[in-house]
Amino acid sequence: MKLDGASIVWASLVKEGVTVTFGISGGKVIHLFHRLTEYPIHNVLTRHEQGAAHAADGYARATGKVGVCIATSGPGATNLVTGLATAYMDSSPVVAITGQVATPDIGRDSFQETDITGITLPITKHNYLVTDVRDLAEAIKEAFHIARTGRPGPVLIDIPADVQVAQTEYVYPEEVHFPGYRPTLRGHDRQVRMATQLIDQAERPILIAGHGVTIARGEAELMELAVKADIPVVTTLLGKSCFPEDHPLSLGMIGMHGQPYANQAVQDADLIVVIGMRFSDRDTGSISTFAPRAKVIHIDIDPAEIGKNVRVDVPVVGDARNVLETMVRLAQPTNHPEWLARIAHWRADAAGHDILSRESDALFPQYVVRAISEQTEGNALIVSDVGQNQMWEAQYYVHRRNNTLLTSGGLGTMGFALPAAMGAKIGRPDDPVWVIAGDGGIQMNIQELATITQEKLNIKIAILNNGYLGMVRQWQQFFFEGRYSGTPLSGPDFVKLAEAYGILGLRVTEKAEAAPAIRQALEHPGPALIDFRVVQEENVYPMVRPGDSISQMMRRPKPALQDGAPEEVQA
Amino acid sequence: MRHTLVTLVEDKPGVLTRVAGLFRRRNFNIESLTVGHSETPEISRMTIVVNCDDAVLEQVIKQLYKLVNVTKITDVTDEQTVIRELALIKVQANASTRAEIIQFAEVFEAKIVDLTRESVTIEITGTEDKVDALCRLLRPFGIKEMVRTGRVAMLRGVSGNGAEKG
Ligand SMILES: Cc1ncc(C[n+]2csc(CCOP(=O)(O)OP(=O)(O)O)c2C)c(N)n1
Ligand SMILES: [Mg+2]
Repeated sequence: MKLDGASIVWASLVKEGVTVTFGISGGKVIHLFHRLTEYPIHNVLTRHEQGAAHAADGYARATGKVGVCIATSGPGATNLVTGLATAYMDSSPVVAITGQVATPDIGRDSFQETDITGITLPITKHNYLVTDVRDLAEAIKEAFHIARTGRPGPVLIDIPADVQVAQTEYVYPEEVHFPGYRPTLRGHDRQVRMATQLIDQAERPILIAGHGVTIARGEAELMELAVKADIPVVTTLLGKSCFPEDHPLSLGMIGMHGQPYANQAVQDADLIVVIGMRFSDRDTGSISTFAPRAKVIHIDIDPAEIGKNVRVDVPVVGDARNVLETMVRLAQPTNHPEWLARIAHWRADAAGHDILSRESDALFPQYVVRAISEQTEGNALIVSDVGQNQMWEAQYYVHRRNNTLLTSGGLGTMGFALPAAMGAKIGRPDDPVWVIAGDGGIQMNIQELATITQEKLNIKIAILNNGYLGMVRQWQQFFFEGRYSGTPLSGPDFVKLAEAYGILGLRVTEKAEAAPAIRQALEHPGPALIDFRVVQEENVYPMVRPGDSISQMMRRPKPALQDGAPEEVQA
Repeated sequence: MRHTLVTLVEDKPGVLTRVAGLFRRRNFNIESLTVGHSETPEISRMTIVVNCDDAVLEQVIKQLYKLVNVTKITDVTDEQTVIRELALIKVQANASTRAEIIQFAEVFEAKIVDLTRESVTIEITGTEDKVDALCRLLRPFGIKEMVRTGRVAMLRGVSGNGAEKG
């Protein structure tokens, strides 16, 4: 059957199981959009291509399937860049399709020409410029394969306008042939056995779970191993929700703003079993002092991650689920009562520093997050933005279900949450989806409120409105003489803004109003936005100074509420 | 320490940019990179020389392998290897210096490929040390122009007892 390039794209997407794409049309994809109506695929018209890329990313993270975004050449394509970089840093399977000027016009600085394959080279797992329609089907097949296998990542396919129009015999390849691409899935037997022996011998073991556990859907195996070998679990930011946080073995998040007892446990451990995690500086603090007493087992599907930042005793290259499954089988049932008691002691001490254990009527952002956690019973799919709001979400939302936190971890992209939540809601329509964002970040892709209305997406949006680029303000307070340069921030009237978009808008200024407003939003059948006017100069505690050891945490001063210099606590 | 990596890549558009971009992005120090056809159609052969310690070398190799178009990498640094570089050197010459220059070239088994009243152009093939040595000798005469290909390398035959020749 002869098809033109545009039809080949849609026919191939259908073969890949794609039912929804996110994108915006333009001169160099107009023919592509022309053919769309002939195929059972719905394109969500975002209001900015960055929104399309984040939405595709959110869809991918929420479902494990490939998310697809589409943009025209030139500015459309460059608008995808932040979204692709975000997906790349967090190993999210996205395929981006961009229009390009016609092949005879390439290289002439034609109208809306940019070298998008050149631009995205370092932020995609791979990319293609398809200059012959006969190569198109194969490129799409390969792109999907690369995006979702091994360590997932974004792949871009740039298709010149004339290639979209040119016709060829359409055959979708059954298989891909890559002499140089063969991800290792099964852990090496001997390595897995060695790792399990270390686990059996350890007295103070800790499991550190990263995003890889969620990507590999290895949550059940992680739970089995933790319970069988009686090992507490800490997670990275992106590892959150791969282990239920109300489980007695859960210690929450490690790192710069991690739970103090999680950091203390890692620093005191004699073995850390690190799964699907890349030793980001946000997790480890200063590398040389990270987990100083521990032997290190590192399980990762990407061989290049092993030994990249941290010296490893037993490396295992493989799929997290696959490796964990074997380890569960081999591990001996054990108990570590003394170790767990020591951690429980640290945990009890942390409560005293916690803002929620104080009497106060003020609307603290931590309280808002905890209220959302309680009202949704820890079951909502949360999409958080970047900044203080992201850290408070990580600290105070108690995730009870797997894969219920989507956030930009590696790139830290403000503006991620709102569009990513759209993709997440479309991918998991039955899940309650909440955005938790700051007043700064929400304004970076606020235009997507229109998409939410047009697509009738039932998303709840909580803005922790502190009138500042809060995380930067916090750094200024701690490290830059309290000079708030470029951080005070005014916003629109978010309630009126929501209403202008046809979205229910609520405002909360008092602590007592928080829970009822959250309930009202939940009961409302459509999208709702709540403007929480939180305590403005609240800080995220604990905090590890960049470059410090994670045992050196700045803790909230115990007696005073807000002011007073933070305490230094040595673990 | 200097390491020589023979890297086989699929002969696809942009593959050189991918390799070069990787070195820049990861802050790896590339000394030279040559690329040309291999014995297999559609597979090109790169010889990459990097100056780094063993830990960085491991990262270089692993990161290169992550490029979809890279099919095989061999570290030939410690192996029995034939390593060559070719250079063209145009040296200032006049009636009084020409003979001496040509004599130097002969000692190095280099070829005179062009001769004018003002210059001698020499082609030399050999290890980098050998090329360096000739350059040092010629520099006082005035090197007008020079091009060096960078290192190309190949493992010796399997028996490994071939003798160094030329
Ligand atoms: C796109 C982008 N620009 C700038 C930054 C730097 N940055 C990190 S956190 C932050 C402040 C975020 O402010 P807000 O969204 O109000 O959240 P808050 O910290 O107040 O909760 C900024 C500017 C970033 N991460 N992303
Ligand atoms: Mg703010």
